[in-house]
Amino acid sequence: MSPVSRGFHRRHQEAEPAGRVPPGQYVTHDFPVLSAGPTPHTRLTDWTFSIEGGQEPVSWTWQEFQALPSETVTVDIHCVTRWSKLDTSWKGVSLDVLLDAVSYTAPYVLAFCDGGYTTNLPVADLTGGKAWVAYSYHGAALQAEHGGPARLLVPHLYFWKSAKWVRGLRLRDTDEPGFWEMYGYHMYGDPWREQRYAGD
Amino acid sequence: MDVLEDAVLDGNAIGGLLIELFGAEMTTAVGTCGSCGTAGQVAEMAVYQGRMGMVVRCRVCDNVLMVFVEVRGVTCVDLRGLASLV
Amino acid sequence: MAGTAVRGRLTWQTATVATVTDETLAVRTLVLAIPDWGGHRAGQHLDIRLTGDDGYQAERSYSIASAPGEPVAITVERLEDGEVSPYLTQDVLAGDEIEVRGPIGGYFVWDGAAADSVPLLLAAGGSGVVPLRAILRHRCRVGSSVPVRLLYSARSQAEVIYRSELSAPADDVQVIYTLTRQQPAGWTGYARRVDQQMMAEVAWPASGASGASGPLAYVCGPTNFVEAVAADLVALGYPPQRVKTERFGATGTP
Repeated sequence: MSPVSRGFHRRHQEAEPAGRVPPGQYVTHDFPVLSAGPTPHTRLTDWTFSIEGGQEPVSWTWQEFQALPSETVTVDIHCVTRWSKLDTSWKGVSLDVLLDAVSYTAPYVLAFCDGGYTTNLPVADLTGGKAWVAYSYHGAALQAEHGGPARLLVPHLYFWKSAKWVRGLRLRDTDEPGFWEMYGYHMYGDPWREQRYAGD
Repeated sequence: MDVLEDAVLDGNAIGGLLIELFGAEMTTAVGTCGSCGTAGQVAEMAVYQGRMGMVVRCRVCDNVLMVFVEVRGVTCVDLRGLASLV
Repeated sequence: MAGTAVRGRLTWQTATVATVTDETLAVRTLVLAIPDWGGHRAGQHLDIRLTGDDGYQAERSYSIASAPGEPVAITVERLEDGEVSPYLTQDVLAGDEIEVRGPIGGYFVWDGAAADSVPLLLAAGGSGVVPLRAILRHRCRVGSSVPVRLLYSARSQAEVIYRSELSAPADDVQVIYTLTRQQPAGWTGYARRVDQQMMAEVAWPASGASGASGPLAYVCGPTNFVEAVAADLVALGYPPQRVKTERFGATGTP
């Protein structure tokens, strides 16, 4: 048993579980940057977003992507490391628009990114107005540290599923673990059921 | 305000973790990158000390050499990116 | 497997804070009483772990500020948004208990043995001076006469740690400051961030030979500082293996 260090306490007190804050989370006004590697700096002239594994592969250049119908949404985001940030504003293209361009039957995707990061999701969690590829944060171009030029935004799941520097989706018949999922993080990641780790 | 919580450190920062996992001082152990073949001491590897997990990368090619994730008090260790560690 | 000359307990043990001393407004040295301490080498660090009464735990690493043979001390810089450093620099009292693990490190160490009898270039960015101070104290204790230059980058004179100790350095030890944000009236020293020109003026010339007998550099501090200084030294001809680095991260003390 570790001795208690008199007077030491965690910096952030957990917020009361309310309608907006999932269990075990605290609200922050910062925007912490968590990294697993160097920040990629992809030039817009080199950037593409692709969807593979459907009937035919489909791909957009940055210019083509900017021409797609976009939305501005305000959402709460929840990181598995326990911080939640409320009322974040993003602009991007809905995954409904992107997946509509592909003929597919696969129920899962693996999102892939510059720098090699991957994460897995059910297609059903990307459609129905639940997910975007976002390129703008609070009215300004998404900074590289926060996943720019574009990142996945899937606010109803823990934020590690909102893959930074996303470059595309690979449609799959099976749910294969991405980078963090391989090391023990939950395959699905619902913050409201506190699905942080495999087995939760 | 943006907070760069997870700055890039070096293998000195995981010295304690490695003693706990391997039972020996490892910062001078030489690891060879399985991707580019660069050999270097653990102390000189690039360590990304994120709160989701620790990722150790080759300084030359950024290949992931080691990953440490703690889940419910148990540390999962992946050394697949290393061709060798002596 | 690489080993150390000294093996301490490799698991967590309970230490008692013996004394606390404020070095600057934001920096404090804690001397620790550690019952099972097996000794350490200059340059090593230890890990500390704090436990709250709800069971919450936080761990951090701190360089050992004292020389081998002296009571174990750590010097902690308070980070504004920190979780552990505010506790260690403001709340902790003599008699409080914390857990420690160590000593740790076989790379960023200096023993003063015969093999180490080459000029030393020490470069400190902010709290990076802590392990270098342990090296300086050890050099004195073992009666070494290797020439040393310490280049210490701090934001202002008020933020210089161990200022009175460093103002009376031992023979053949030179301390060169660069005060990057604020300088006292009449200051004639460096007043800017370390750059190639400064390193060329301060660093021992790199040896022209194989490098085995050339100077040894120890660079410690925030990542940006360490990478800049290390790159400058290599550009000046230091073999990379003669430049030892320890990064503390963007904000200083880890």
